[in-house]
Amino acid sequence: LRLIHTTTAAQRKNVGASGPEKYTEAFIKKQIEEFNLGKRHLANMMGEDPETFTQEDIDRAIAYLFPSGLFDKQARPMMKHPTEIFPEQRKIQWGEDGRPFHFLFYTGKQSYYSLMHETYEKLLSAQKYQDQLIAQDLPLQKERRNLAGSRWLTKIELEEMLLEKLSDDDYSRFIQLLQKLVALPCSDIEEKYIQKFSKEVPVQMQKVLIEPLQHDERGVAFSTGEGRRKTASATAIVYDNGTGKMTVNGIDILHYFPVLQDREQLLFPFQFLDRIGKHDTVCTVSGGGRSAQAGAIRLACAKALRSFVTEKEVEFMRQAGLLTVDPRVKERKKPGQEGARRKFTWKKR
Amino acid sequence: MLRSVKGLACRSLKLEHGYGLPPAARGCLSSLSSQDASAPEKPRAVFHTSESDPAKHTERHEGRHYGIPLEEVKAVFPHGLPYRFQQQIQTFNEARVMVRRPALELFAYLRSSNLAQPAVRYVIYGERGTGKTMTLCHVIHYCSRQGWLVLHIPDAHLWVKNCRELLQSSYNKGRLDQPLQASAWLKNFKSSNEHFLREIKTQKKYTWGKRESTEEGRPLGEVVDQGLARVRSASDAVGVVLRELKQQSHRGSFRLLVAVDGVNALWGRTTLRKEDKSPVSPEELTLVYNLRKMMRNDWTGGAVVTTLSQTGSLFKPSSAYLPQELLGKEGFDALDPFVPILVPNYSPREFESCYGYYLERKWLQHEKARTEDGKAELQFLSGSNPRQLDRLAGPL
Repeated sequence: LRLIHTTTAAQRKNVGASGPEKYTEAFIKKQIEEFNLGKRHLANMMGEDPETFTQEDIDRAIAYLFPSGLFDKQARPMMKHPTEIFPEQRKIQWGEDGRPFHFLFYTGKQSYYSLMHETYEKLLSAQKYQDQLIAQDLPLQKERRNLAGSRWLTKIELEEMLLEKLSDDDYSRFIQLLQKLVALPCSDIEEKYIQKFSKEVPVQMQKVLIEPLQHDERGVAFSTGEGRRKTASATAIVYDNGTGKMTVNGIDILHYFPVLQDREQLLFPFQFLDRIGKHDTVCTVSGGGRSAQAGAIRLACAKALRSFVTEKEVEFMRQAGLLTVDPRVKERKKPGQEGARRKFTWKKR
Repeated sequence: MLRSVKGLACRSLKLEHGYGLPPAARGCLSSLSSQDASAPEKPRAVFHTSESDPAKHTERHEGRHYGIPLEEVKAVFPHGLPYRFQQQIQTFNEARVMVRRPALELFAYLRSSNLAQPAVRYVIYGERGTGKTMTLCHVIHYCSRQGWLVLHIPDAHLWVKNCRELLQSSYNKGRLDQPLQASAWLKNFKSSNEHFLREIKTQKKYTWGKRESTEEGRPLGEVVDQGLARVRSASDAVGVVLRELKQQSHRGSFRLLVAVDGVNALWGRTTLRKEDKSPVSPEELTLVYNLRKMMRNDWTGGAVVTTLSQTGSLFKPSSAYLPQELLGKEGFDALDPFVPILVPNYSPREFESCYGYYLERKWLQHEKARTEDGKAELQFLSGSNPRQLDRLAGPL
């Protein structure tokens, strides 16, 4: 017997081989019913109204009832609608007599070719419309679509949509066809069709709010910043009109950081902005080791200096890596190994 | 030519801006205008002064380097200059010391001190690497130029640690001798104060053993030679020298300056052990005992200038620099009425002077070190600490 259900290409595992319970339609329906029942039970448990229990409420309830410290969000317990959990699958594509439903079944990539056909039809109709307009001497509508804020679907997204594997070549041909379609001036009628295949590019990086300068009693402008590195966390207050002195936890940096490397780290934000002798800094730091504390203070100072500096220079700082939190932390030790990476000494016998 | 002169004038003015040295700038400009032929030498004038006599140093010379002729260096400082400074002398082939405010203060006190009064004790203290030993050397140079007899103990810490041989003293059974250190010191003392040793005469008869003795009225040089020849009795020789000097200083024929570096060693602990592994306390060492007697202010006709040092000190935390912490209760009581003199890090002007000196001697080879940014970076990283600056400038 052949496998009845073929799985989608985008999913990593061959779901068909994953267990006796195959994803028949009846199975999925049952899962949906169970999910809804479970949702109502959960709402009753949490004391909320079952009718107005949304997915967000479900997530919150599950996180409360089954707290997990795992880093990977996908690995934590979750309760979602079965359509999100079980991957979409193609239904059987031939009838009882063995005859396939779609006329392009024997090409192998039926949905892809049917899509290409459709798109080409739209292209032809747009050209015909354009010819009509030229024949009637009407002005061609020239409304440029804003291509800057949108992008085409990626290959993986297209595969998900079509539920079958594509090759790179196929994908590029499809995108070329779409671009040709868009290039025609009369593509408004096909606007809706094209929108199915384009996505909005999200607005550029979240605008980080730069706090304005504050002034203390003496009238000196100052600003604060916080930074973390490994296990150390630091806060820095940078004052204007200073002489370049820095104090950490009440101790001068020369005594707190006897090592030159740490002091160079502290110097870097100021040196980058050419403001070495102009600011006084008072920092507090705790946790971590000497290098981590130096890195934390550096980040805190850089963040505090953003308020003193133009936006362009903030962008320079960001590109220089002064404003990025260093994600490196100590890697976990695994069982069966001596350390995070080091294995036990290999003995031949 | 004129343009280059004007450029130099602007540069020297810029260097001195804000730290307002009007007489120096004017002097500089006048010298510039008068001698425009030797242009490359002129920036030197900003950081250096040609006064090689410390007696004439005043606030006008503050922050500038003055040179000591090399023969004088060998004569006055056979021991006692910091090691790194000796290396610097060898590299640059000249000895240049910066005139700083604590030294000028000390000169003023010494000039106005009344030698008929008991000796005043000055304690130079400060954080690590700020220039205490250099200040002491400056004072010693000044006094030797003035004709004082300088009793310079380079580092008292050398006497309380790392001693290989400890002999039981023949003079006093309870004490221990250190022949090596004592003989080394006697040798250096002899080379620096030759002419004094000929003039001063002993006042008592000293017996060194069964057959050797020194009569009354012999010049002190003989005592020193005796100590050098018979190493076993070197420590006793040192004790004798100290005693004689103390007794005779009030006569006024010479003025005595006792300069001790690392005086906190005299009252701390030692790392030495006796043969039965019991620790030695400082009083049990002859050298330390005699030196302590010197530190008391029961003699007249001179002054005592000492330095506290954390670097060589034993069993003291590295953040301690105040007299109270480093001397301990015993030492503080012993030295009690003293004049403390704090030596701070470089002021901005002194920093610029030092930086200019390094630049001029081509010690800073890195291109970026010559820029203003490089200077600011050096100032930040060294925290205006002379030792840190020296160490930083080394690899550059």
